[in-house]
Amino acid sequence: VKNPSSSLKSRFITRFLGALTKINAEDPISSPSPTRILQLYRRIKVASNKSMAYSVRSRRIWSRAMLSRFRSRRSAFSGRRSSVKTTNCTTINVTINENKTAKGGLDMQTDELRELVPGGEAMDVCNLLDETAHYIKCLTTQVQVMRKIVDFCHISKKSSM
Amino acid sequence: QRSTSSNKITDDELNALILRLQTLLPQLDQSRHGRVSAAKVLNEICSYIRRLQKEVDGLSGRLSQCLDSMDLTGFDAEIVRDLLQ
Repeated sequence: VKNPSSSLKSRFITRFLGALTKINAEDPISSPSPTRILQLYRRIKVASNKSMAYSVRSRRIWSRAMLSRFRSRRSAFSGRRSSVKTTNCTTINVTINENKTAKGGLDMQTDELRELVPGGEAMDVCNLLDETAHYIKCLTTQVQVMRKIVDFCHISKKSSM
Repeated sequence: QRSTSSNKITDDELNALILRLQTLLPQLDQSRHGRVSAAKVLNEICSYIRRLQKEVDGLSGRLSQCLDSMDLTGFDAEIVRDLLQ
């Protein structure tokens, strides 16, 4: 049985490297200006998050939220105001409070988490905690792969000197 | 059992989810810390997520500086395999 997380990782690597190649090819820089580097940094960051979200596809609430965020951002650039969907979370929170009078503090803690996990605002506590675990695993994969690419950059830089 | 018709979550379910998050935090290694409060786990989880997001940020910055020197055509199957290890 193939390890699902290794195929997620390989999908991410393929997509991210593809995105980097594209970014590099579109405007190869000979003398990078600070503005250019800033642009590149933003594009690479988006590429990294997008590549991971696409690799997860729509299997997760957080990846769906992230992908719709990217899509609405695109349409915002083209002049159309995207409507932001807000779920009335207070009803959900009130229900949970009724059930967990002794765990009032948990709600405050999840507030912060909801801001960090894409789509967190609309999730119930169970989904939030579940999605968080997956989101963290994906972030660590992103970091791991990006580190290796940076290392590779430095190695190839040294060897070309 | 999980009741899907209401928003009621059992304590066991909640504890299991919090425990799973605890395992993702090496600094709250269960063999040394045993059971930690849910609030503490969530607090550490939030810090951890922020740290990871910041790292993606920083690595994006580093990549932006070495992108030009990177021979991406060299990214063949060999290198991808190495990255996978």
